[in-house]
Amino acid sequence: MTVAIPPQTSSSSPRLQPTGWLRYFSFSVDHKVIGLQYLVCGFLFYLIGGALAGAIRTELASPVSDFMARDVYNQVLTLHGTVMIFLWIVPVVNGAFGNYLIPFYVGARDMAFPRLNAVAFWLIPPAGLMLITSYFLTGAAQSGWTAYPPLSITTPATGQIIWILSVLLLGGSSIFGGINFIATILKLRRPGLKLMQLPMYCWAMLGTSILVVLSTPVLAGTLVLLSFDIVAHTGFFNPTLGGNVVVYQHLFWFYSHPAVYIMVLPAFGLVSEILPVHARKPLFGYVTMVYSIMAIVVLGLVVWAHHMFTSGTPPWMRLFFTIATAFIAVPTGIKFFNWLATLWGGRITLNSAMLFSCGFIVNFVLGGITGVALAQVPFDIHVHDTYFVVAHFHYIVFGGSVFVIFASVYHWYPKFTGRMLNEDLGRLHCALTFIGFNLCFGPQHWLGLNGMPRRVAEYDPQFTLINQISSVGALLMAISTLPFLWNVVQSALSGKPAGDNPWNALTPEWLTSSPPPVENWIGEAPLVEEPYGYGVPMDQLDLTATSGRDLWSSGK
Amino acid sequence: MQIPSAIVTLVIGMLLALGGLWIGQNINLLPIDASVNAPIYDELFQVLFTIGTILFVGIVGLLVYSLIRFRRRSGQLGDGIAIEGNLPLEIFWTAVPAVVVLFVGLYSYDIYDRMGGMVPLAHDHMAVSGEERIWGGISSGSTLTDNTAATALPIDVTAMQFAFLFHYPEGDITAGELHVPANRPVTLHMEAKDVIHAFWVPEFRLKQDVIPGQPTQLSFTATRPGRYPIVCAELCGPYHGGMRSTVVVDEPDEWDAWFSSNAKTEDTTTT
Repeated sequence: MTVAIPPQTSSSSPRLQPTGWLRYFSFSVDHKVIGLQYLVCGFLFYLIGGALAGAIRTELASPVSDFMARDVYNQVLTLHGTVMIFLWIVPVVNGAFGNYLIPFYVGARDMAFPRLNAVAFWLIPPAGLMLITSYFLTGAAQSGWTAYPPLSITTPATGQIIWILSVLLLGGSSIFGGINFIATILKLRRPGLKLMQLPMYCWAMLGTSILVVLSTPVLAGTLVLLSFDIVAHTGFFNPTLGGNVVVYQHLFWFYSHPAVYIMVLPAFGLVSEILPVHARKPLFGYVTMVYSIMAIVVLGLVVWAHHMFTSGTPPWMRLFFTIATAFIAVPTGIKFFNWLATLWGGRITLNSAMLFSCGFIVNFVLGGITGVALAQVPFDIHVHDTYFVVAHFHYIVFGGSVFVIFASVYHWYPKFTGRMLNEDLGRLHCALTFIGFNLCFGPQHWLGLNGMPRRVAEYDPQFTLINQISSVGALLMAISTLPFLWNVVQSALSGKPAGDNPWNALTPEWLTSSPPPVENWIGEAPLVEEPYGYGVPMDQLDLTATSGRDLWSSGK
Repeated sequence: MQIPSAIVTLVIGMLLALGGLWIGQNINLLPIDASVNAPIYDELFQVLFTIGTILFVGIVGLLVYSLIRFRRRSGQLGDGIAIEGNLPLEIFWTAVPAVVVLFVGLYSYDIYDRMGGMVPLAHDHMAVSGEERIWGGISSGSTLTDNTAATALPIDVTAMQFAFLFHYPEGDITAGELHVPANRPVTLHMEAKDVIHAFWVPEFRLKQDVIPGQPTQLSFTATRPGRYPIVCAELCGPYHGGMRSTVVVDEPDEWDAWFSSNAKTEDTTTT
């Protein structure tokens, strides 16, 4: 019997790219693979950074320096800050979700520069490993993630140089990513898709990438000069050779304040995607959201000196930076009110993604309020460089960005894997994280106001109890990771199959299979002109399912 | 009959504002005040705390209410209402925060001025510190007249890893603790020898970085006799956490006694 041999399908022919699990360890140019590479790699570094935080909180459980040597403590706090910022939050909110989602959102089959994209990712593991191993080989940098000279010039040079090299690599990765996002969003949009029809995360990533491209090179230049000071004994920032240390602070914060928005703006974008889906309502105030992102980008570039109010800046400069900083609260406030209005009158599913997003709103509002207070020079003069500031920025970067990362994992996991996460474990994870986080960082506001400076291994014994409460909160946060890890691993193996679109969402990544095929769609990319077209028009409201108050409050 | 929701909203808003004001007046999170500018600082803190409380409770209340009121009940399959925006509402919640932050900014400018932060650093102190440029810091509070400012007690502060050294040029005293008389302005001329340090007295609500290569001046007037910690607030090395000292605020006559018993030259006319 002869059988017509079917023409060989492309899947069985030898391919340039590995398939199966091996592709996650390869130089893959598929944006979805790269996105997940970023996500998993970032999460591994999050575990390392979290262990470092655990070491810090263990040391601070007692007022004397008894858990580790003092210089080791400074290495640990330097590594904790650097790992969490440059290896966890920045790569994950930008690289992971940006790479996975942006091509879908613009209707493209991949990023504009796929190879550059892969290079950007593959800079991260060596940079991170180099940073971590510096601790074991020579001793890591011990001048804080800010690396202020002259301290960074006088502490052991090898660790500091390795720190500079790895931050330069990570900065390069970030710039490559930023260029790629800008090109993809502006140039690879599907024909017919207008800018003002893009999902909000695209706008957030556009704004963020502008910040990355404008400010990261400044950090790179500054660190190169600093390394000259260390290696070649030049005098850019060395006061004994006529250098000026405050210049370093200006240059450093010119990047590092926008870095806060690089960590937070994408989180704003992700929340804007998650809330409408689970509240079944359109995103409220799309146009004002776009303008507020751009306002935050512009203002974010002109507020850096608020980190230096005690560094001998002239009075006029303090006044200008106070007003500029406080005004960031206005566009940020618009975004928060818009999210609240998105929830108002919705049909809100209280799942893990929604609860983490709401936890983000609560935490970030508190962080924002303390932020406006810190912008006021006289207030800042008392609490600058204290635990009040530590509490403030953890409310922004953990309570803000990290909560959103978890919300996003719960939201997009069905798309990544084709399986659902366990909701009960997810809600447990959310509750533990929220309680642990607030227990850990809430009391630190009081510590700062009452006289505990940051970055200390020992402190006044009157602060012991509050520090111990804070350490218990940190322990709870560490424990909260366990249900998450179990959930992610277990659901990948035997979770409930998700189907293509478990949330009935309208954005384009849900209009393909889960997980999506290589090049995203079989056939042409869908044209999504209304990514937030949820909800029933007022006149078609199902009268049996609504109360009289519903109608009244919607103006009928 | 239901109470109209406009009235409910109004009452909730009033309760929120009054509650915020009450909390701002009655909750004190700060250490005791021991300098002229500390009570001024506490005024600002109270205002910020009141506004912050109202905003936080209001937003979280609205969020929790929405989550409960608009949660999906079993059997509900439909979507919410398709509201995409409301321009007057959006203008409202842009304008209100803008006005609030502008008010807070101007108010804190006023506070800062009263604390002496906006005073261009006095040129009459130039004689003391030679022709060196003074790089910033806070000048003495504006509650002081020119007469008292002239009698400010000059003290040289040297910050180094990991201690503060205080030198009184008038009596040639060098001490590890800072002794100052109550109710007399003090001007610190601060210098760092190695890395950046910061001079912070929480009870004075004052902090100033001490930067190598940049002599800095900080003025204050202590008011409440007692012993208060001086804390280094800028990471300066392994023993940063141990870099602490004490400021002793004495009654003027006690301070005179301390000064004359320690002064090298028996010139007890301290003014």
